[in-house]
Amino acid sequence: MVASAEVRVARCGGSRINFIEPIITLDSRFLLCASGDAVHVYSTSTEERVHVLQGHVDLVTGLRLNSSNHLQVYSCSLDGTVKLWDFTDGILIKTYIVGHKIFSLYVSKFHEGTVFIILPMESSANTEAFQLVALHLPKTTGPEVEARDILSVLRDVSPIPKATSFGRGGEFVASASGLQLSVYFFRKQKTYRFSLKANDKKGARNRFTCVASHPNDDCIATGHEDGKIRLWRNFSQKKEYTYSTEHWHHSAVNALHFTPEGTELLSGGVESVLVLWRYGAGSKKDFVPRLGSAIEHISVSPDGSLYCTSHKDNKIVVMKSSRDISAIIQGLVKGETIRTDLLIDPRTKALVCNGKPGHLQFFSLRHDKQLYNLDIVQQEYIHEAGLHQCEVTKAAIDAQGSWLATVEERQENPEELDIILKLWAYDESTQSFHLNTSISMAHEGQISAMCFSGDAEATMLVTTGRDGHFKAWLLADHPDAQGEGASWSCDYVGSYHRREPTRCCFSADGSLLAVGFGEVVTVWSPSTWELLVTFSQPPGDIRDLCFGRLSCSKYLLGTTTKNLLCCWNLLTCSLEWSSTVDVILLQPDPLSENMAAFSRASGSTDLFVFKPSEPRPLFSQKAVCSGTVRRAVFAPREEVLEGCDESTQWLSCSRLYFLTEHMELMTFSTKSEEDQIIASSKQLVIDDSVAVTPFYLLLGKHRKSQRETQDSVSSHTAARIQLPQGSPAIRELLHTPAHVLPSASFLCNMFVNSLLISKSGVR
Amino acid sequence: MASYKATRIPSFPRLGEKVTQDTLYWRNYKTPVQIKEFGAVTKIDFSPLSPHNYAVTASTRIHIYGPYSQEPVKSFTRFKDTAYSGTFRSDGQLLVAGSEEALIRLFDVSGRVALREYTGHSKAVHFTDFSADRFHILSGSDDYTCRLWDIPSSAEVSRYSEHTDYVRCGTPSRLNPDVFITGSYDHTVKVFDSRKERSVMTMDHGQPVESVLLFPSEGLLVSAGGRYVKVWDMLKGGQVLVSLKNHHKTVTCLCMSSTGQRLLSGSLDRHVKVYSTTTYKVVHNFDYAASILSIALAPNDDSIIAGMTNGVLSVKHKKHPEDRKMVGGTSRHRPAYRVFVKGKNYMPKQDDFLVRKREKAHLKQYDKELKRFQVSKALDSVLKPHVRLKTPEVTVAVIQELNRRGTLKNALAGRDEKGLSILLSFLIRNVVDSRFAPILLTVAEMVLDIYMKVVGQSAVVDKQILKLQELVEKEIDYQQELMEVLGMMDTLFATMTAKKEAAALCLVHFSTNHCISKLSKKIQKGG
Repeated sequence: MVASAEVRVARCGGSRINFIEPIITLDSRFLLCASGDAVHVYSTSTEERVHVLQGHVDLVTGLRLNSSNHLQVYSCSLDGTVKLWDFTDGILIKTYIVGHKIFSLYVSKFHEGTVFIILPMESSANTEAFQLVALHLPKTTGPEVEARDILSVLRDVSPIPKATSFGRGGEFVASASGLQLSVYFFRKQKTYRFSLKANDKKGARNRFTCVASHPNDDCIATGHEDGKIRLWRNFSQKKEYTYSTEHWHHSAVNALHFTPEGTELLSGGVESVLVLWRYGAGSKKDFVPRLGSAIEHISVSPDGSLYCTSHKDNKIVVMKSSRDISAIIQGLVKGETIRTDLLIDPRTKALVCNGKPGHLQFFSLRHDKQLYNLDIVQQEYIHEAGLHQCEVTKAAIDAQGSWLATVEERQENPEELDIILKLWAYDESTQSFHLNTSISMAHEGQISAMCFSGDAEATMLVTTGRDGHFKAWLLADHPDAQGEGASWSCDYVGSYHRREPTRCCFSADGSLLAVGFGEVVTVWSPSTWELLVTFSQPPGDIRDLCFGRLSCSKYLLGTTTKNLLCCWNLLTCSLEWSSTVDVILLQPDPLSENMAAFSRASGSTDLFVFKPSEPRPLFSQKAVCSGTVRRAVFAPREEVLEGCDESTQWLSCSRLYFLTEHMELMTFSTKSEEDQIIASSKQLVIDDSVAVTPFYLLLGKHRKSQRETQDSVSSHTAARIQLPQGSPAIRELLHTPAHVLPSASFLCNMFVNSLLISKSGVR
Repeated sequence: MASYKATRIPSFPRLGEKVTQDTLYWRNYKTPVQIKEFGAVTKIDFSPLSPHNYAVTASTRIHIYGPYSQEPVKSFTRFKDTAYSGTFRSDGQLLVAGSEEALIRLFDVSGRVALREYTGHSKAVHFTDFSADRFHILSGSDDYTCRLWDIPSSAEVSRYSEHTDYVRCGTPSRLNPDVFITGSYDHTVKVFDSRKERSVMTMDHGQPVESVLLFPSEGLLVSAGGRYVKVWDMLKGGQVLVSLKNHHKTVTCLCMSSTGQRLLSGSLDRHVKVYSTTTYKVVHNFDYAASILSIALAPNDDSIIAGMTNGVLSVKHKKHPEDRKMVGGTSRHRPAYRVFVKGKNYMPKQDDFLVRKREKAHLKQYDKELKRFQVSKALDSVLKPHVRLKTPEVTVAVIQELNRRGTLKNALAGRDEKGLSILLSFLIRNVVDSRFAPILLTVAEMVLDIYMKVVGQSAVVDKQILKLQELVEKEIDYQQELMEVLGMMDTLFATMTAKKEAAALCLVHFSTNHCISKLSKKIQKGG
C-alpha cells in the first residue's frame, strides 16, 4: 500500500538504562548512562534528564569520561564508532570510525590519546573470540575521523565490559574469561595467565563473573559464579601468586568496584544487597539491604562521594557514601514476561503494566519516565532462585480511572493455588490508588479474564475463572459495618453448560456483557442477568472478544483459534461477515470505531486496521516486527494530529503501542508527525549549562518575564544606541562554550571590530 | 532502599452477630445480680425520685430495693393474696397496688400500713396507676371494668365497663390528667377521657393485650399481646403504624429507654428484644434463663431489671469507666508528664534549621526475626501462649509467610518434646477452624513427616497425635453429614432461583473435606 511509506514503526523509549555501567562526572552533578542508541545525561540530585546524546545508530556498549578533559565523554557502539561528546551542552565533538563492532571501551589516565576497545577477532571465523585492542585516536581536525591505528593487547577476552579492569596507574590490565584470569603488564609487555580448576570438589562454579582492580595497590578482586570474591596479590610472577577468598553472596557476584581511595570494595548480586567490604580489614563489611532488585553494575563517582548501582529492573540508584539514597532513576521495567495487559490510566494517560515483582508500574509514554510504582502484593520480596513468588497476573482500570482491579497469583503446586483479587480506589488527596477490598480465592481456578463495565454510575467488574464460572462484582455499602465505607462483593455467579469461560467484554455503554465459553459466545444483560443470545462459530475456541464502538456499536467481534475473525450483528443476531485471518491480538481504539488486529504470518506479524462495519481494512502493514506481538494498546494523544490523509486517519486521535517478542515497546508514527517533532526540537535550544530542574523551570520563566519587562522599559533607549552585546559576533562569543572556542588572540580582532559603531547606525 | 514490609495479617470476617453501636451499648452491663423473690415477678416500677428505688411486686409482697442493694430497703407484706401492679406516684411519695382480693391499697412509701383501701371491684385488680394530676387512681380489674378513684375520699369517681374481658394493663397519659388507656383480653385497647362517658378511641390488637405503653410524645401508642407488638398512631385516629412479630411466645411487657430511642419488649420465650423506634428493627437481643413477666429500665439506662416467672429478679448495672479503675487497684507507675513534653514545647526561632528525627518503624518480634531470616525463632515467637491463644490468626499468618518463603519445614524441624507438644496443641485447637484449615493441614502433614521417626518415644506427644487423629476423623464425619444435609437441601433448592449459594457452599465443603481425608490417611499410616 501507499500508506506504508507514510507510517513507520518506531521505537518509543522505555529502553534499558541498565545495559552498561553508568558513570558519574567528576563534579558528581551528572550521571551518564547508555539507553539503547542514545546516551542519557541525568542530574544526580534531581533525577531529571538533562540531555540526550543522540548520534549512534546501534546499541551503545561503552561509556567513559575523557581522562584529559573531564567535561567530555567517549562512547562506543555496535555500529563501529567511538564518539566524543561534550555532555554539558549535549554536543557531538568528534566521531572516530573503527569499522568493527565494539563491545566495550576503556580509558586509562596514563595512556593519553589512546582508548582501549574490545573487538571481535578478525582472523578467526569464530565469532565467539574477542580481543582487547588499544586504539590510537588520530589528532586530525574534522568531525569524522577514520581511526585504524589498532594495537592488540590481549587476546581471548570476554566481551562483557565488567570482566576487564585497568590496574594501578594503568600499569596492567586484568581480564577474566571463563576460568582464566589474564594480566597484561604494559611496561614489561608480558601476559600472565592464572586459571582456576573447574572440577574442584565443590563443583564447577568457579567461573569468573567480574573483575575490579585496586586503584593504588597491586590487588585484583574477582567475583565468581558461586558468590565468592577472590583478592589476588603478587600476580607479577607466574608461580608465586596468592589469593584470599571472601564469601558472603549466595549466588553469583554480578558487580565489583573499588572506591577511588581504595578503602572499600563494593560488591553486589542477585540478593540486591550492596556489600561494602573494608579493604585490608579481613571480612569486615557493611550492607545496604533491600535495594529492590538484583544489582547488575556498580559505579562510584571519581571523588568517592556517590555510589551508584544499576539494577535488573531498569533502575539506577544513586546513594551518598553515607548510604542515604539521593536519587532513583527508573526506566520502564521489563521482565522476561508480561502477564498483565497493557493498560492506559485514564487520568495520567500513563501506560500501566507489570513492573517490579509484585508491583504495577505507571509509565509516562510522553516523558519516557516512570511515574510511580504501585505495590500490589504488599509482601517482603525474597530474592532467592526457585522460590514461587506472588505475581500480578491481571489488571483492569475502569473508564474514569477511579478503580483498579488486580489479580495476584501464587502457585506452588497444581493443587495449591493462591489467588487474591484486589480492588483499589483512587484517592484524590494522595493522588494514588488505595486498597479497598481484598478477596482471596475469588475463583476456585485461575482467573482468565477481567473487565470493568463502561457504565459511569454503577461500576461493575466481571471476572472469568478456570472453574467454569464468571462472577460479577459490585460496589456495595454495608450499613452494619460503620466507618468502613463501601466495599466490593459478589453480585452474580454465572456459568454456561459447565464450559470454561475464557474471555469477557462489556459493550461501550455497559448494557451488554459478552462472555466466551470455549467456542460459544454468550451475551448477557448485566441488569437482569438474563442470557440473551449465543453465537458459535466452531471449530476453534474464542481467543478475543470485543464490541464495536460509537457508530459500530451494534457489532460484536470475535477471533478464534482456528484462524477466523468474525463479526456478528447484535440487532439481527447473525454473522455479518467473517474472514480467515490468524488474529493473535484484537485491540479496539477507545476513541474511534477502529480496531487493530495483529496477525501472525511466517515468522513476522502483520497489522490490519479496520472498521467493524466493513470487512475491508483501512490500513494494513506487513511485517511490523519479527516474531509475535505480545500486547498492544491504543493510547490517546494529547492533541489531535492535524493534516492526516485517509490512510493515517486512524492515528489522528490515538497512538498504537505494542510490545514485541523481545519486550521492546514500539509505536507507529506518521511522517507529518515526525516533521513536527523535528521542527519543534530545533526551537528548543537549551542556552544554559544549568541543570534543567523543575525549580529552574519555575524560576527561569519568572526571571525571563522579568527581564522582558525591563527590556520593554529600556527599549526606547536601546533603539537609539545599539548596545555592543546586541551584535551577533559578541553573542556568538558569549554563548559558545569556552573550551571549544579558538584562542583569544584569534578572536581579539573580531571582538574589537564588533565594538565599533558604524556611522550609518548613528544616523 | 525500601523498608522491610511487615507480615500482613489477613482480617477474617467476624462470625456471628455484627458489632454495632447498639450491641456495644447494650453489652456494656455487668454480669446480672440475681435476687430470689417468693413468686413470679409481675411488676417492676422505678421511683421517679433520686436515688431511684424500685418497687418489685411478686407474690403477696411488694419489695422496694435501693439502686445498688440486694436486700429490700422496704417491704409491704400486708396482702392476704397476690399483689399486683405496685406503682409509684410521680412525686415518689405514694405507692398504689392492686391485689387478687379485689382491693386497691395505697401506701405511703415511708410507712408500713396502707393509707387507704379502695373497695368496689368484684374481682382481682391487675392494673393500678396514678393519673397525671396526682389526685386520682386508675384501676383495671378482672370484672371487665376500669375505674377512676379519688385518692383522699376513697370514692369511685367514674366507672367504664366497655371491655368484654379482663382488663390487665393500662397507662395514664402524662400530659393530660383526664386521659388514660387500657388494654384488655377482649383484644382491644381503649382510650378513655374522664370528662366523657364513653371511650374515645378503640383499637383492635387482634390478641389479648398484655401491656400498653405510650411514647413520651404520646403521639404513638405501643401495645403488646400474643406474639405481636403493635405501634399505633394516635394522631391518625388509631391506625396501625407497624406490627412487629419478633418473639415466638407471648410478649408480656414493654419498656422504653430513657432517651425514647429504643423500645424493649420482654416475652415468655425468655428474650428481651430492643427495637429502634425510628426503623422498628431489632437492634439487640438479651437472653434470660426463664420466661420474662416484667422489665424496667432505670433512668439513664443505668440498670436493666427483669422479673421472671420463676421468681428470679435479674438486675444488670451499667459498667462505668471509673469502676474499672477501682478494680485495677493501684495504678502502675508511669513516667511524669514532663517526660512527654520535654523538648516539645520549644518554639523554633525563625532561622533555625529544623532537623526531624526519622520515625522508626516498630516491628513485631516475629517480623524482627523474619527480617533476620531466623525462621525457627520467628515461629517460636508466635507460638508463645498469649499469641497462639488470643490471636491465632497472627500465628497462622506467620506460618503462611514461612511457607511462602519455602522455609516452613526448617522452622518446624528440630523441636524438643516441649516445643513439639506446643505445636501439636496449637494444631489440635485450630486445625478444624475453616479460616486456618488449608494452611494448618499442610503444617500437620509436615509435622508428621518430620517427626515420624520419634513417634513412640514420648507419651505426651503420642497422646496428642492420637487426639489429632481423633479430631480429624470426627471432622470427616461432620463433613460427610454436612454433605448429606446439603444434598437434601439441594433437592429443596432445586426449584428456587437462589441455587448458586448452596452450590458454592457445597464446593467449599468438598474441598476441605478432600484435604482432611488426605491428612487422616496420613495419620493412620503413621499411627
